[in-house]
Amino acid sequence: MAVRCRFENSSDIGVFASLTNSYCLSSASTGSTNFYSTFEAELGDVIPVIQTSIGGTRIIGRLVAGNRHGLLVPSTTTDQELQHLRNSLPETVALQRIEERLSALGNIIACNDYVALVHPDIDRETEEIIADVLKVEVFRQTVADNVLVGSYCRLSNQGALVHPKTSIQDQDELSSLLQVPLVAGTVNRGSDVLGAGLIVNDWAAFTGLDTTATEISVLEAAFKLGGQDTSKIAGMRETLVEGFA
Amino acid sequence: MSGAITYVGPSQQTAYVLCADCGTPIEPNGANLCVNCLRNSIDITEGIPKQAAVNFCKGCSRYLAPPTQWVICEMESRELLAICLRKLKGLAKVRLIDAGFIWTEPHSKRLRVKLTIQKEVFSSTILQQIFEVEYIIQGSQCPECTRLAAKNTWRALVQVRQKVDHKRTFLYLEQLILKHNADKDTISVTEVKDGLNFFYATKQHALKMVDFLGAIAPTRSKASEQLISQDIHSSTTNAKLTYSVEIIPICKDDIVCLPIKIARSMSNIAQLTVCHRVGNQIYLIDPVTLTLGDISANVYWRAPFPTLVDITQATEYIVLDIEPTSHPPKTAKGGRFLLADAQVSPVGGSMNSDVIYHTRTHLGAVLKPGDTVLGYMLGSANFNNEAWENLNMSRVPEVILVRKTYPNRRKKSKARAWKLKSMVPSLEGADTIGLGRERAEKNARYRGAGAADQAKAEADYERFLRDIEEDEELRGNLNLFKAQEAGPAEDAMIEDSDVDDEEEDFPEIKVDDLLDEMDNLNIVSLCFAELWLARRRS
Repeated sequence: MAVRCRFENSSDIGVFASLTNSYCLSSASTGSTNFYSTFEAELGDVIPVIQTSIGGTRIIGRLVAGNRHGLLVPSTTTDQELQHLRNSLPETVALQRIEERLSALGNIIACNDYVALVHPDIDRETEEIIADVLKVEVFRQTVADNVLVGSYCRLSNQGALVHPKTSIQDQDELSSLLQVPLVAGTVNRGSDVLGAGLIVNDWAAFTGLDTTATEISVLEAAFKLGGQDTSKIAGMRETLVEGFA
Repeated sequence: MSGAITYVGPSQQTAYVLCADCGTPIEPNGANLCVNCLRNSIDITEGIPKQAAVNFCKGCSRYLAPPTQWVICEMESRELLAICLRKLKGLAKVRLIDAGFIWTEPHSKRLRVKLTIQKEVFSSTILQQIFEVEYIIQGSQCPECTRLAAKNTWRALVQVRQKVDHKRTFLYLEQLILKHNADKDTISVTEVKDGLNFFYATKQHALKMVDFLGAIAPTRSKASEQLISQDIHSSTTNAKLTYSVEIIPICKDDIVCLPIKIARSMSNIAQLTVCHRVGNQIYLIDPVTLTLGDISANVYWRAPFPTLVDITQATEYIVLDIEPTSHPPKTAKGGRFLLADAQVSPVGGSMNSDVIYHTRTHLGAVLKPGDTVLGYMLGSANFNNEAWENLNMSRVPEVILVRKTYPNRRKKSKARAWKLKSMVPSLEGADTIGLGRERAEKNARYRGAGAADQAKAEADYERFLRDIEEDEELRGNLNLFKAQEAGPAEDAMIEDSDVDDEEEDFPEIKVDDLLDEMDNLNIVSLCFAELWLARRRS
């Protein structure tokens, strides 16, 4: 089930929040408690929803990367924030600060619990840390010729949504790497910056308020949310369209 | 791990995505919306008015090309399209691909223009749209037509007066104004007793006219103001200005009896002098001694004096004999004036026609025995003039000659090969009407009482035309135009020259000096000027 929300009049919620199967990070906003409440209402009794900042900024979704096994934070993260995160995160989740030149980890890393796609130019050390902390296989990749893989695709263990301009060949290649079905799509009414418009785990998804019904149906199908499988959705959509026509 | 990095060339086949709004499979574009949804959500013609107005002057069939120009345009012409497009404000923000007129009924007062525009929406998505703009042709008046139509919109008035009982000065003035185009800004001209009123929209235009008059004639001017309204808060006023310009009432060939004081101040010139020229001062000559003198407007208005007698009171004489007073002869003005002793006898069948007068004249250079000449009979005259009364009568010549005439030329009633233009629009067919005649003719038509007025005006005009014919210096200042039927007149002139052997020194007007006429060179002038140029080129 995908939920639409917005952060202080911005539909780019993926910038201000991060979601995995074992925890959810939300930026601490004075003006937008609604935002935190949305996550708390959906996820509160399953996983911890943690309010934090990274390096004093609110754009935590772009700065951190993580999955069920771990959380990577950039070198700008303060000790205090690190301590807060350590205290709030479940015991099983590893927390690691990375000294990486490309510090917006959310933009350069796209991962689920098994695989991570990373920016082609990151350090070897970083690559190794990613593999160790997140317990994933790491692939240096591009999505539709964009190096910011974290911005232009969104993965879960069920499926993946990639940049709309990704060619069929690239989709096939990515799909074989990720071992999940893959769909090209958009969020926030035609925006191709999927990482910013969408956060997702295996059973929940949140998108920007501008996202249209068509886009929601596409991403629900891609991430197998709402207990329906893809073929069912496709069939239903056709009947719906027929009915409206 | 570097083995995992492989170069992936530009992808050949892109996947389809669903349009974010309607769910139709489309090739991904900048907005990731299908064309129809894009159209529905974004209107690139937004900010461009779909209706506009074009100003059209009915009087002269011109369109207003903002901000101030008025242009003649054909229907569906490029010029009109340019005017239409300039009217659309938002057009600068989009890219104009195509524009063209859609046919409309000419009397519908509507113009329809089809525009094709492009604009970038979102990032790197260019949308093209065709739409239509309707223009309403609004009637309005261009400033020229307003000036013609409105008779009471003046701000400044120039009153030109000369207190003499003929109109020749004003006829001359009219021609000078026409030649120098000094009436360009004049709203209207009216004729009043002893002069003319020129109306102007601004003070500057009026001052320009006053300056112009000051440059061509000896004048004095006085400004006065009438307050129309006043704003005490911003201390601005709205006033009508009147400039009173008075021209010295002394004309060419008039005799002036100078007050003794002025005569003394002018190197003791004789009091009785002839005015031989009027520029922006008056030029006098003593016909007995050829002493020259001039009086500027300043000096004149300090102590004004009237003219003693004017050309209308002159009588005609025949020169019986003439010879220079001395050898070598005494001359002035580079030989134009030559002092001579003349014997003259009055023309006409009166009983004293056999009288012979001996007189001294400055016209020795132009007169020959047998010529006719205009002169004043002072011996038997009686003037009401203070200076004249104090004159020593024994020193006053009996006759003063002022101008040679050509009576044989006048006998033939032939059409002139030239004509003058007029500031006054012609009345019922008469092709040119001098300023004086207009009023006279109006009087004659509306009141039925101006017959004498009209005759006098006609006589003034005829005398003015003769002055032009006989005086080359005067002619040089004016624009003469070819008369419509110039052909036959030229022939007649050639015949005349065979017969008129006695007046071969007549200062003939050469056809080459005449200008081709360009009538009504004001509003429709563009067309005419083009035609005229075309004719000149061919």
